[in-house]
Amino acid sequence: MEVTLSVKRFDPDSDQHSSYNQDYVVEMEESATVLDGLIKVREEVDGTLALRCSCRSAICGSCAMRVNGQARLACNTKLVDIVDSGKVVVEPAGNMEVVKDLVVDFSPFWDKVRDVKPWLDPEGPDPDPDQEYLASNEAMLDLAGVMACIMCGACVSDCTVLEVDPNFLGPAALAKAYRFVADPRDSDDEPRLSDLNEYGGMWDCTRCMQCVEVCPKGVDPMGRIMSLRDKAMATGYTSTYGARHSMAFTNGVRQEGRVDELSLPVLSKGVFNIVEQIKMIPLGIRAQLAGKRPPILPHKNPGQENVRRIFNRLDKHDNSPDRLEIPTAIIGLASPVVLTFVAIIAFLILQFYWNSESVSGLKPDAYQSGSVEPFTRFSYFHNCFWFYCDPETSGSELVVNSNAEAER
Amino acid sequence: MIDHDVLVIGAGLAGMRAALAASESGVDVAVISKVHPVRSHSNAAQGGINAALTDRGDPWEDHAFDTIKGSDYLADQNAVEVMCSEAGREVIAMEHMGVIFSRDDEGRLGTRAFGGQRQARTFFVADFTGQALLHVLYEQVLKVGVRTYEEWFVLSLIVEEGQCRGAIVMEIRTGDIHVIRAKAVILATGGLGRVFEPSTNALICTGDGMALAYREGVSLMDMEMVQYHPTTLKSNGALMSEGARGEGAYLINSDGERFMERYAPNMMELASRDVVSRSEQTEILEGRGVDGCVFLDCRHLGEKVINEKLSQISDLARDFANVDMSKQPVPIRPGMHYQMGGIKTDVDGCTSMRGLYAAGETACVSVHGGNRLGANSLLDTLVFGRRSGEHAANFARGVVERALNDGLIDRENRGIQAMMDRAGEGELFGSIRLDMGRTMNERLAVFRDDEGMRDAVSKLTELRNRFDSVAVTDKGKTFNTNLLFTLELGFMLDCAEAIALSGLERKESRGAHFRTDMPERDDKNWLKHILVSRGADGPIIENTPVIITQWEPQERKY
Repeated sequence: MEVTLSVKRFDPDSDQHSSYNQDYVVEMEESATVLDGLIKVREEVDGTLALRCSCRSAICGSCAMRVNGQARLACNTKLVDIVDSGKVVVEPAGNMEVVKDLVVDFSPFWDKVRDVKPWLDPEGPDPDPDQEYLASNEAMLDLAGVMACIMCGACVSDCTVLEVDPNFLGPAALAKAYRFVADPRDSDDEPRLSDLNEYGGMWDCTRCMQCVEVCPKGVDPMGRIMSLRDKAMATGYTSTYGARHSMAFTNGVRQEGRVDELSLPVLSKGVFNIVEQIKMIPLGIRAQLAGKRPPILPHKNPGQENVRRIFNRLDKHDNSPDRLEIPTAIIGLASPVVLTFVAIIAFLILQFYWNSESVSGLKPDAYQSGSVEPFTRFSYFHNCFWFYCDPETSGSELVVNSNAEAER
Repeated sequence: MIDHDVLVIGAGLAGMRAALAASESGVDVAVISKVHPVRSHSNAAQGGINAALTDRGDPWEDHAFDTIKGSDYLADQNAVEVMCSEAGREVIAMEHMGVIFSRDDEGRLGTRAFGGQRQARTFFVADFTGQALLHVLYEQVLKVGVRTYEEWFVLSLIVEEGQCRGAIVMEIRTGDIHVIRAKAVILATGGLGRVFEPSTNALICTGDGMALAYREGVSLMDMEMVQYHPTTLKSNGALMSEGARGEGAYLINSDGERFMERYAPNMMELASRDVVSRSEQTEILEGRGVDGCVFLDCRHLGEKVINEKLSQISDLARDFANVDMSKQPVPIRPGMHYQMGGIKTDVDGCTSMRGLYAAGETACVSVHGGNRLGANSLLDTLVFGRRSGEHAANFARGVVERALNDGLIDRENRGIQAMMDRAGEGELFGSIRLDMGRTMNERLAVFRDDEGMRDAVSKLTELRNRFDSVAVTDKGKTFNTNLLFTLELGFMLDCAEAIALSGLERKESRGAHFRTDMPERDDKNWLKHILVSRGADGPIIENTPVIITQWEPQERKY
């Protein structure tokens, strides 16, 4: 089978400072993998092509790279399965700096693994050198699922959070952390969970499933992160934004059979967290303006009692902490979003007297002098609010004024 | 210049175990590895690690005897005694560090059966025991804070007045050359599988340590003993764990017959690896194979066993042989797997050079002799890794630091520059390696004879001439793998020479060294090790007797 390997190349030593794609046409057997193809190129066609690879059987974790846009191990990706009109596109793994061609800088990856203190920390005095720790085979089998991680970095390459926030520990390091939290031989988990509760830790995952999708060893990093969250909440770490969000979400569904979008942010940020509540006002206004404000009056989805029954049954099997049982609808009514809505109504009433003599003094100078195109009533309204809402457009009122000055 | 008390070269199980032991002895230790430690080839060990727990009714002497019988009586029995008597504590120490060994119903360590042994004494983590051990040792290295130089490549050892004083190394990412001065150096660079083509070994297994030592005149031992694993996939040579047969899988030929009945009626599929590989090859040569293969049959094991205990190889069979192991037998054949021989050491890892130690596959203590038992290699790396780490740390304390000769870096730089400056017209390293690998796989495989081995020796001379004009096409400094592979090829050609010369020297059949022209074992003349070292005028071959303590050689039947 003839295959064109289109390889993204970059050589810091060359005069060409940007990356480029180079096509190699190779004749391969049907059973060949992407790695076989790259090795053939390296050994027979172009010795300058750099990549990491070693075991060829998906155990050393060296050859994670993007193949046709998705992170994979080159050594267990068969060409025949992915070749698209004779072509396969090979790029270095994402979210890591390229050193050369398909070789990326793994040091941030290892630093994060080190950050989770990845070693067993048993309690008590030194164990008897002739006696193992007792542990159930089930516990070991559960850990085997995580220990199967080969640290290839495929999950990190395609993690959508790392793309925007390099501070995130990432799926591999968090899965590694879970391995110790879940180990019955490890001492008190509290310090571990406390560290992982910080910014960049377990609550920063957005559950996009990308890591689960690309993991070549079935480690399910996202599932492990969710287990960490469960354990953190069970241990009593319930006051983080993430934990509160999770509880509010569940509680809304339990009570109303739906996600209560009014109460969700209030409960997540903390009901008495006034600063954060005020910060949400612009969001509420934008939602209002875009016609996406959630319904204000409390209501339950039809069939809510069935949802409740599901919850009741789950509770029998669950050791999760007690849930916040304040009716979410009430919280929702106290939402700044609702308060803002009320404010908007008030503002509209104010608008009603717009042209009356008593309020005309409130109009901007430029408006009064007629030196700029008169805004429609709504657009002025709009701009005033966007001034507060959005830093990108916050200069709009200033533009109005400076235009007016120029006119003068 | 960088200074350390103990420098460990290689970060697989042996290297990291050595580093940990040396570090616990209180000296300053560094590990240097051409790949990140968790990429090491110890990962690939699937089946498990042997240990006889005497207090649980499996005397370590039984394990020692099985090992010695497996070695075809070429193993040094004092070394085997050390390994087997320390095995239990070593495995339990790894458990204490966090290895998630499989358990029995009481929550204690569980075992599985493995080849060549009368007892089920193989401790395991599903079918990725090596990976589970390697990652845990890396965790421990992080915990104690051993300095690791990741992706640094050793170019040569520094030897002054007959004592090893450190190494000259290249940082792969920058291409910069550094001198690391050390009071003791431990070679733990693993095997040399890439000398053969195909091989189950990773691409990094290029015999670096053996060649580094060989070039300095240090003796290699038992180099003719190359293990062919009975179950490797045809398409890419990937290993199908002996754990499968340990769990009860059959080997069948094209007639569906369990042919091992005719070769090893008692142990059947679990006879020692040399015996099983030879039996398979005989079946294939006599026309009872299919397409150069016989079959590994797991169908009767059931999906639960396959999914829980053999998941990795089930994936390999699916990915590379297009076979669902629970429904079809997998075509397999013997494939080059392990080098029993290596740098000659004593039970503390000391080589024939002061200040130089070796442990793991790169060393030859010799506990494996003519044939290594499955699941003894991990044990070898841990026991002798630890012992060499401890001994090297003690030795380092007594060494007085001294200034090294000037110009060490210049010397290496000149050598590399000469390679880089060669016109780009020359041959690429790939074709030379392929010719070497195929020659070795043809002439020094399961069956050997005088004529074939002579042919290999002369072919290797020709390849060395071709290597002298090999072209490095990548002229850059950053991550120049082209240069790296060329340097590795140089190491491999040295190893190949040692293997072929030792094979020619042994005029009998023993263990993995089976000569069709001399098919009998000859204890009278050949119950001895073959040593090979490089002198000023070429290779020097010597002998040393096998150490026998309590087990007199007997006929070997399974």
